[in-house]
Amino acid sequence: MTIAPERPVAVPAPYEGTRIPLPVPTILPVPEDVRASDDILRVNFGPNHPSTHGVLRLIVDLDGEKVVGLSAVIGYLHTGFEKTMETKTWWKCVTYPERIDYVGYQNNELTFVLAVEKLLALEVPEKATWMRMLLCELNRIHSHLIFLGTAALELGAVSMFWYCFRERELIMDLSEMVAGQRMHTRYFQIGGLAEDIPEGFYPQCREFVEWMPNALNDYLTLLDRNKIWLERTKGVGLLSADDAVALGQTGPIARASGVDWDLRRDQPYLAYANVDFNVPVYPEGDVFARYRVRVDEMRESTRIVDQCLRRLERMKGRPWIADDRKVVLPPREELHTSMESLIHHFKIVTEGFRVPEGEVYVPIESPRGEQGCYLVSDGGPKPWRVHFRAPSFVALEATATCTHDALVADLIAIVGSLDAVMGDSDR
Amino acid sequence: MSYDALPGFVGLTESFGETTVTIDAARIREACAFARDELGFAMLVDLAATDYLGWGAKGVSGYIATASGRDLNFPDTQGLQTLPEVKPKRFSVSYHLLALRQPPLRVRLQIWVDDGDEVPSVVSVWPTADWHERETYDMFGITFDGHPHMRRILMEDDWDGHPLRKDYPIGGEPVRFSDAE
Repeated sequence: MTIAPERPVAVPAPYEGTRIPLPVPTILPVPEDVRASDDILRVNFGPNHPSTHGVLRLIVDLDGEKVVGLSAVIGYLHTGFEKTMETKTWWKCVTYPERIDYVGYQNNELTFVLAVEKLLALEVPEKATWMRMLLCELNRIHSHLIFLGTAALELGAVSMFWYCFRERELIMDLSEMVAGQRMHTRYFQIGGLAEDIPEGFYPQCREFVEWMPNALNDYLTLLDRNKIWLERTKGVGLLSADDAVALGQTGPIARASGVDWDLRRDQPYLAYANVDFNVPVYPEGDVFARYRVRVDEMRESTRIVDQCLRRLERMKGRPWIADDRKVVLPPREELHTSMESLIHHFKIVTEGFRVPEGEVYVPIESPRGEQGCYLVSDGGPKPWRVHFRAPSFVALEATATCTHDALVADLIAIVGSLDAVMGDSDR
Repeated sequence: MSYDALPGFVGLTESFGETTVTIDAARIREACAFARDELGFAMLVDLAATDYLGWGAKGVSGYIATASGRDLNFPDTQGLQTLPEVKPKRFSVSYHLLALRQPPLRVRLQIWVDDGDEVPSVVSVWPTADWHERETYDMFGITFDGHPHMRRILMEDDWDGHPLRKDYPIGGEPVRFSDAE
């Protein structure tokens, strides 16, 4: 594993001029003099509102059109995934992480699978590693497309939505071809992939890689010099680099605030050390910068997909899952002929396999930032504790800081730019 | 990197390539401030508690998949009961810290508490701890001393119990509008 060349510290530790509100960092309090005017309107924004991307509820204090106070309320989509996973065997748990962040599903699945493999010290075949990378990058494009489509739609650019969902459909088709399902594929297994990559996937994915840069140019033509878009996004929802780090922000939000940090480059997992890509960083820290970071990332992701595809095309016929019968289900056809395979299959499905005692934290760069999985195993067939470090949960902590001096219309742009998925934040 | 100088340093373990530093629970705030200012851990990425109630109460036997001995014929690995290592107290709280530098550095600060113990809040060190600590309180009932807004975050305000505790039953919530009503 190669490490990127020496770079200076991304962010200075001490700082002045923070905009994080006090005393509660996530609640924007109404200033005393404004409260004294007795002309404050308290509005419930959500939990059912077309532009909150799910069931986010913001309690907003308005002075005219100005937002003077804000607190975010989450938990409406709390599903108890972490508790449920404690009652399932490791093998069955793989289904759950995808449903947590239902837009960046492939990356969530990867975190969990990587964490279990770390506990097992399981070697994964090269082909599986590259295919995982390819699918995660496709998933990143998919996630950013949904961000771009919906965020632009909320600001009035209705056509963007259709353009973005046109390309999203191509990714869904690829997903369906590989795993049989459009979303929540459960294609990653502990040890590798569920099935071999189908033959028709390569040419169709190649078509997508060739098409995507044109589509991105389309988006830029529609938005980048669009007066309304610029007016509504530039200088709105400011977040400084220091505030971003103090608030634990990662991923596109941090990179749009000038924090040069990407786990794919700085702490490479899978085979990211062997692919060539740039990390877009914008210093402005506004909604426009967050939009630009994500569009640039789609371009870089397309490049990574292209490189993965080149590698994978040379790996045809190679194994896609580890040959470890204690952990991995035996091939289906062997069940009819091999007694041992039948026993292994029966034991894994009914009792599950045991995972060595210990605790691990595995972070990856999901479309929304650092997605971490903290696992505790007691050596048994079920996880003792599963915890997900949810980037959306952390992103929503920044709403109060971003809405300093915002208008109520900016609120829509700001919430959209934080790109929180409520399933991820509430788990 | 030397972690001995952390205030309240109790011990250090390395496993699975990760560093865990155990800290005296009462001094966690000082330790976090020290880690941020002196050791360069600029970011608190995650805060997660674990309930160890019932840990090791039953030996686990059966299908073994260990790092070293997954061989079917490897002696002594077939179905032997093993008991996990004893934990000092009921709950652990893990603070996952990250230093934004090259190469990146991660450490897990871990404290151990019993039911009813108060933990010093680290919101003053990292504002991001706000929601993490509220979630930990909500799910485990561990209260954080000095937190400016200590109330539930994911469950309803009037919820009974703390769902991620091991003694909280799964499916234990009352069913409204059932046939019995």
